[in-house]
Amino acid sequence: MKSINLAEKTVRDLNQALHEQAVECTEREWEVLEPKGQHNLACGLDQNLSVDIKGHAGYFCAGMNKKAHVTVHGNAGQGVAENMMSGTVRVKGDASQAAGATAHGGLLVIEGNAGARCGISMKGVDIVVKGNVGHMSCFMGQAGSLVVCGDAGDALGDSLYEVHIYVKGSVKSLGADCVEKEMRDEHIEELTALLNRAGVDEDPAQFKRYGSARGLYNFKVDNASAY
Amino acid sequence: MSEDINVKDGLRESATFDRTTMAEIRRAADTGIYDIRGFGAKRKLPHFDDLLFLGASMSRYPLEGYREKCNTSVTLGTRFAKKPIVLDIPVTIAGMSFGALSANAKEALGRGASLMGTSTTTGDGGMTPEERGQSSKLVYQYLPSRYGMNPDDLRKADAIEVVLGQGAKPGGGGMLLGQKITDRVAQMRTLPKGVDQRSACRHPDWTGPDDLAIKIQELREITDWQVPIYIKVGATRTYYDVKLAVKAGADVIVVDGMQGGTAATQDVFIEHVGIPTLAAIPQAVQALQEMGMHRKVQLIVSGGIRNGADVAKCMALGADAVAIGTAALVALGCNHPMYDEEFKKIGSAAGFYDDYHEGKDPAGISTQDPELMKRLDPVVAGRKLANYLNVLTLEAQTLARACGKNDLRNLEPEDLVALTVESAAMARVPLAGTTWIPGQQF
Repeated sequence: MKSINLAEKTVRDLNQALHEQAVECTEREWEVLEPKGQHNLACGLDQNLSVDIKGHAGYFCAGMNKKAHVTVHGNAGQGVAENMMSGTVRVKGDASQAAGATAHGGLLVIEGNAGARCGISMKGVDIVVKGNVGHMSCFMGQAGSLVVCGDAGDALGDSLYEVHIYVKGSVKSLGADCVEKEMRDEHIEELTALLNRAGVDEDPAQFKRYGSARGLYNFKVDNASAY
Repeated sequence: MSEDINVKDGLRESATFDRTTMAEIRRAADTGIYDIRGFGAKRKLPHFDDLLFLGASMSRYPLEGYREKCNTSVTLGTRFAKKPIVLDIPVTIAGMSFGALSANAKEALGRGASLMGTSTTTGDGGMTPEERGQSSKLVYQYLPSRYGMNPDDLRKADAIEVVLGQGAKPGGGGMLLGQKITDRVAQMRTLPKGVDQRSACRHPDWTGPDDLAIKIQELREITDWQVPIYIKVGATRTYYDVKLAVKAGADVIVVDGMQGGTAATQDVFIEHVGIPTLAAIPQAVQALQEMGMHRKVQLIVSGGIRNGADVAKCMALGADAVAIGTAALVALGCNHPMYDEEFKKIGSAAGFYDDYHEGKDPAGISTQDPELMKRLDPVVAGRKLANYLNVLTLEAQTLARACGKNDLRNLEPEDLVALTVESAAMARVPLAGTTWIPGQQF
């Protein structure tokens, strides 16, 4: 295992070393010591690496991740795994706002709570949150799934496109054009698979499903009051 | 008031409720929805035509046209990037999206720009292989919608432009209506075919300039600090926006004035939000100068640039380069009179067509209809764009030489005077024949 201590090296040193693995992968396992909430840790990875960040991470940790498996052994700041393409990002603690924003693929697991706008504009990523999510989560979400094992804040799924949302706890309010939908067998199957992939032990039957009513997909003046 | 034969009969048109205004009221009453359209502002605004150059006579010494060199190259991104962009001419192609424009149009833009050694810019639809393939220098836009955004394309770019606003609609997002959403456009944007595509008005994962500084650092980290990072703002509170952009770490700042075009947004936005390009440049330059960053952080100006005089005037006011959008489309064939009959069939006319969002453009530029697209030959259209860019450059050089300058970037505000009080105040140059700059002591 390759170890980089950020008390001795810079974030630039860390990212450059990780990026160099994209050409010829000689070291698959990495640990990052003393991250102390620094920003932009392990972003732009493009190789099947395993990166363990032993502490708290700042903004945009694992941003635009591709193929790599990044674990934050602490809390993560704003925009963790933003625009992720593939791979896995796991936050052992809580995540701040805009977790998984605009991400196109891969799996984001947050073992604690996520702040506001979790999964905003998500485009294919799967996000599993063991705790609660804040307001406006999944705003303009286009594709993928959001699983919330705790409660959801205000305006869940506002202006939603095709994201599947599963919530076990309460939902404070639904956003424009977001509705509760029937939980059919294929959804139980999908949710079961998501929970298994995330390593979360929950009963899929306890969840409710939410999605787009598709009433705002094309602009109609009769819907103006919904905007 | 417009000319009309009825004037002879003593009929008088209202200046407040003229025929255009009344037609819009009737349209609104019929449909119940505001007008969505493309193109830029159509109202008359203080513009570069309100400025004149003071050619050299006695107190200045001119350079010989056709003989003495006048440099046109400019290097962008000298602040932090390991690989700054070098443009042979200071005219670049502004961001316009695949989706709003056809693939052939995007390819033609790349071909034309490359022939002249300048850059072109992606847009809301992401990067197409045609565009990357034909653009020797390509700027990749990082937009609020993040449609088609991926790190592979980011690393293929020669520069990254973080778009915070657009001159046609500062504070607003776009709307690409469902009729233009083909399979390919839908796939690139991860949305169902035929669904309206709302381009967000703000970035989803940061909420202010302090966050932006970290976001820029992220983009630099992902690209190993290789390429310049631009920040594009719509011209509004330009002085403050430029200062914050410099503070956030921009290598290059793009200021887009309210005459800038768009693919589709509300008419009320295009005509009533933002400030004219002319008014924005001195604000941006002042901000850079006060920070000691003028020429260190390069300034690109866009919004209504039409000819070499506009280019030279922007540079005299302190820009390092200009960007063109609408003019580039016109060079490709947008609104061409050869399609006048077809424009009339869809309720418009050559020179007036602005319903880009409907996807029926007879010129094959702002459409995804495969039959209409075929009308635009990207090789021929690319050549036309290169010709036009060449003319812009030659015209700007001619004016610079007349002012005694052997480099376009040596043009200065002292080379300019204004024809109107308004333009003198906005451009901060004296009214012609006086030393008076409105708003400044004399």
